[in-house]
Parts: sequence; C-alpha cells; structure tokens
Amino acid sequence: MAGKTLYDKLWDDHVVHLEDDGSCLIYIDRQLLHEVTSPQAFDGLRLNGRQPWRVARNLAVADHNVPTDNRAQGISDPISRLQVDTLDQNCREFGITEFDMHDIRQGIVHVIGPEQGATLPGMTVVCGDSHTSTHGASAALAFGIGTSEVEHALATQCLVQKKAKNLLIKVNGRTRPGVTAKDIILAIIGRIGAAGGVGHSIEFAGEAIQALSMEGRMTVCNMAIEAGARAGLIAVDQTTIDYYRGRPYSPKGADWDAAERYWRTLHSDADAIFDQVVELSAQDIKPQVTWGTTPDMVVAVDGVVPDPEHASDGVKREGMRRALQYMGLQAGQKIGDIRLDRVFIGSCTNSRIEDLRAAAAVTKGRRKAATVKQVLIVPGSGLVKRQAEAEGLHQIFLDAGFEWREPGCSMCLAMNADRLEAGEHCASTSNRNFEGRQGYGGRTHLVSPALAAAAAIAGHFIDPAELPAEEQA
Amino acid sequence: MKAFTQLTGLVAPLDRANVDTDAIIPKQFLKSIRRAGFGPFLFDEWRYLDRGEPEMDCTHRPLNPDFVLNQPQYQGAAILLTRENFGCGSSREHAPWALEDYGFRAIIAPSYADIFYNNCFKNGVLPITLTSAQVDALFSELRPGYRLSIDLEQQTIVTPVGETLRFNIDENRRHRLLNGLDDIALTLRYADKIRAYEQQRAARAPWLFRDA
Repeated sequence: MAGKTLYDKLWDDHVVHLEDDGSCLIYIDRQLLHEVTSPQAFDGLRLNGRQPWRVARNLAVADHNVPTDNRAQGISDPISRLQVDTLDQNCREFGITEFDMHDIRQGIVHVIGPEQGATLPGMTVVCGDSHTSTHGASAALAFGIGTSEVEHALATQCLVQKKAKNLLIKVNGRTRPGVTAKDIILAIIGRIGAAGGVGHSIEFAGEAIQALSMEGRMTVCNMAIEAGARAGLIAVDQTTIDYYRGRPYSPKGADWDAAERYWRTLHSDADAIFDQVVELSAQDIKPQVTWGTTPDMVVAVDGVVPDPEHASDGVKREGMRRALQYMGLQAGQKIGDIRLDRVFIGSCTNSRIEDLRAAAAVTKGRRKAATVKQVLIVPGSGLVKRQAEAEGLHQIFLDAGFEWREPGCSMCLAMNADRLEAGEHCASTSNRNFEGRQGYGGRTHLVSPALAAAAAIAGHFIDPAELPAEEQA
Repeated sequence: MKAFTQLTGLVAPLDRANVDTDAIIPKQFLKSIRRAGFGPFLFDEWRYLDRGEPEMDCTHRPLNPDFVLNQPQYQGAAILLTRENFGCGSSREHAPWALEDYGFRAIIAPSYADIFYNNCFKNGVLPITLTSAQVDALFSELRPGYRLSIDLEQQTIVTPVGETLRFNIDENRRHRLLNGLDDIALTLRYADKIRAYEQQRAARAPWLFRDA
C-alpha cells in the first residue's frame, strides 16, 4: 500500500464519522473567531438554544474593523463599532476567550494564532476567513469557512467535509538573494493560476520551502487560497519545533514531549502518491509584482505588462483587457514605470516581525518619495509592534516619513478608515488585488515587504538592490 | 435551511471568469451583523455608478446601464450563468446571502471556489457545475427571455428546445438541499460518536484536551 501524504495523515486523524457518499464528519481542534463573520453564527446558537460544544477551543479577536490610529478614542464609525461591540458581548455571553482591542495580544487573527501557540502542528484549524490557510505552515489542516459553518463548529466541534485532492508543489534549489517567501508564492500562483488549486489541498515542499523561516512559510500558505486551494501545508521539521517551544498556548512538560513526537510524524511518506505534482526552480524566481486584478496576473519587477492579444483563449483575453482598463495600464508598459500613490505594509500575509525587519532594512537612512502620499506600516499584532519598537524599526519608518500604526487588517481590505481613493496605485504586501479591494476604484499591486519599501522610496517599482545610493537621506 | 427542489427561471449571463466575492458583495456591507438585506448591494461596484455605503437606500442610486443585471431583459432573473472559479477569494457567506436575497436560486458555471460552493448549500442556492463546452453552448444559445428548468431530484437542466443536461452533485449535499435540513441537528445525531472520538483522541493527544 502506498504511503500517506501529510494531508491524508491529518485528515485520517480527525475523521469522526464517514458517510456513504464519502463525506466525513471532521473534528475541529481550534476555531478562531473575528467580528465580521461571527455575529450571525452566535445569533443562530441563541435562536436554537445551543451552547458551544467545547468552548475552550475557541479564541476570538477583533481585527477587520479596528482603527489603526487613535485607538484610545474607540471606533468612530458606528456600524463598525457595533460589530466589534457585538463580538465582545457574544464572547462574554458564551464564555469565549477574546483579545479585545486594547489587549497587547490583539492583532490579525492569522498572526496571533501561531504567535500564541493557539494553532499548533497536527491540529484542524478553522476560521470564518479564507486566509486560515496560513496556519498550514505548521502542518495544521487549516481552512476558511462561511458563517453557517462557524455556527456548526461552535455547536458541534465538527464540520461535514469531503476530502480534497492532493497537490504537491515543489520549489527546487535555493532562491537568489533578495527573493522572499512572497515572491515564491506569487510565482507559484502565476504558474498554476488563480483556480489552479481548486478542489485540492496544496503541500509546499522542496529546498527553497524548507529554507524558509516559519514566518516565511506562513506567507506561502496564507496565499494558497489565492491559487484556489482552501488549505496549504508544509511538513514539520526542526524549524517548526523550535518556533512553537515556549509559546503561551504551546504544550508544556510531558505534554510537549508527547506532542513533539507526534509532530515529527507530520510529513508525507516517501512513497505517498499525489494527484498532481508541479515543480518550479527557485533560481528562476525574481521579485514579483502583480499588474492586474487577480493574483495570478503577476510578472517579475524587471518585466513588462503583458499583452492580452497573446492570451490563450477568449475568456482570458477579455479578463486581461478588463484588468488593464481597471488598472489604467498599457500592454508593454515597464513594471518599473508604474508610479505609486500609496504603499501598504501589513496584512496576514506580511505583517510579522521579519516582514517589518525586511522593510526597515531597505528603508534605513532613506526617505519616502515626495510623490507618494502615504506609506502605512501596520504590524500584525500588539506583540509584533512591541518587538519592532524594541528593535527601533518604528524609528526607521518614522524617519523615512512613513506612518507607524496599531495592529489590524487595515488597508488589506479597507473595512476601517485606511483605504485607497479611486485611481490610486498602491504597492501592497497584502494578498488580493481584486477590483475595489483596498478602496473603491483603488489599484493594488501585490509585492513583498522589501519591494514595497523600495517602491515607497523610489516612487515607482524597483528591485531594492538597484535603489540608487543618492536617494539616501 | 431553505430547500431547493425544482426551479424554472430566467437566466442572466455574467460572462467573466474569476468573479470574486469582493465583487459579489464589497467589504463595507460586511459590517452588518444581520443575515438579510444584502440583495440591493449585490455586485455593488459594477451595478451602480456611485459608491455604495451600508444601510443606504439604493432605489435612487444611478445604475450602470452597461452592467448585465441592469438590462431590462434580465429583470427577475433567478439563474446566473457564469464562468470558471466563480466566488473566489474571501470566505464571506454574505456572497450567497446577497445572491439569494437578490433572487438568484441557482448558478451555472464550469467551476466554483471551494468555500463559496460550500456556502451556497447552506442558503438554498444550488451551484451547478457543467463542462466548459456545455457552459459555452448555453452562453451562445442565450436569447432574451431564455429560461431553464432545473430539477435537483433528477439532477437535470432542460433547455427551451427540450434538450436535457445532466449534472453531478454529492449525494449528501443533494439530500440536505432537497429537504432543507438543519446541518447542525444532523451532526448532533452523532453526539455519542463525537464524544467517543474525543476520548480516544485525548488518550493520543492529551495536550489538546487541557481545557481548564
């Protein structure tokens, strides 16, 4: 019998009940809750007189709507405020642990989960948010769900699921200097397409993936959903074990030893069979910039905007034409000629300490281009913010004319006051370049933190290695 | 949950691939803590010429005349015909809530994003998957007043000329949708199995069961 993939192992360990048609009742080890997708789920519990099945397995935080400045004054938008207040009330009523807006541990739900050790290797993790795939970086089976399933997981600690197919993406060899986890995942999405992973769970492997830190792995798995896969996974290795040791919710003592033994089994067997395998050479990956309105519309920073006339079919060609029109770009235009109005460094993709360090390394001793209206630096959590300040990173950003903000989702989806105006181009370290995502009519270019910082300084896209010395302050 | 059995309805074409849930229902409307009332904001940025805000009255907003759902021949449409990877992006269940509230009870496309697909079934919306060739054919056949008859029990679509197309769907999903069953009540029938699972797992992975 063939061996098991990592996904097979995680799945098999969580099956409570198997139906005749192959769908399963899957046990959920951890649910993360936030204010946007949970209120109707709590209403459903109340309406049916139900209680959470295992209340301690839930952890809540407000992140999507929270302001990133003047937080002491509360939330000025009454509709946003009601949503955050509703989360606070629901957590009190049902006895769920919540990191509220004034707690140092508050932050983006997918940043605080691993940071606290609340999401661990081998767990099933769900959240009413598609970027739950982030937690797969530690070999947790983690995926986004809708509000009805949030209610279902609250009430039963289970979900009805059908097993996905296995897709292995191997990134062979080592990346070149200056190429980051963000560039790897954007290159992967460019290769397989925004629907390339639909119906699959993706395992990322290969030397370039193994060489990444845990935070880099989170960036990769975070964007599995942008390739259409609900879950992304990376096998446990020493990097994983070292990351989780000593975190607040990590197991302690004998529990830790038992957990570590189990976690070390969380990798695909050598003879495991995948439904599909895609291989990339890490050497071929350059820093990436998206030019269009889906994450697979991506080219290298030294490239040009592609021509729709070269598209393989009519639907694709029409999509590219529409994207160029929305983005205000011409086929053949150099990526390096795109002028930026705003820069956003943050989001569940790239707001961890290493992301801020990478942005600060490019920024140090330089200043924001005069043509760039705003550069927002939004740390992923209160603890990331504190660490960055201890290292003096915030001073580097402030000296450059950037804004240093409080943690939250911020301009990734612009539910709070941080947003683009119509027609503005933004270099963003977030995960989605959809029409209107960062503000009505806004034009998003997805990039790594280093590239975003370089764009903030140059006023246009540029490989950070090519930033001229004379632009130094 | 709302049941779905049969539907004969007007078809509206949305000829784009990768329609994301931000397009289906933009984020500002997600601030609502209710489950209803999203229909007027469906496809808000494509449908209107101004910027939509939560709780606004949409009856006097300027419509985008080029957007397909604003054209007179598609008023009252109940079936949306579209392209691959429909519903990609965010997990927001507000997307099927908005489609259903607007009046769509079925979608026909070559593929869907997984989370969106799942969310549809929780809200009485039937997402039908056909081959790209079949979807192409429906797009080219579509004329003003084009109606399709969908039968979930039989898993068939009947076109105006009487052609019958069969579609596949998981038996479990079909059964639940036909009968409008409450998923949570169904799962709670297995409460003993869930407890038994917890016991044996606690023995294997005790660190996951320190719930104090």
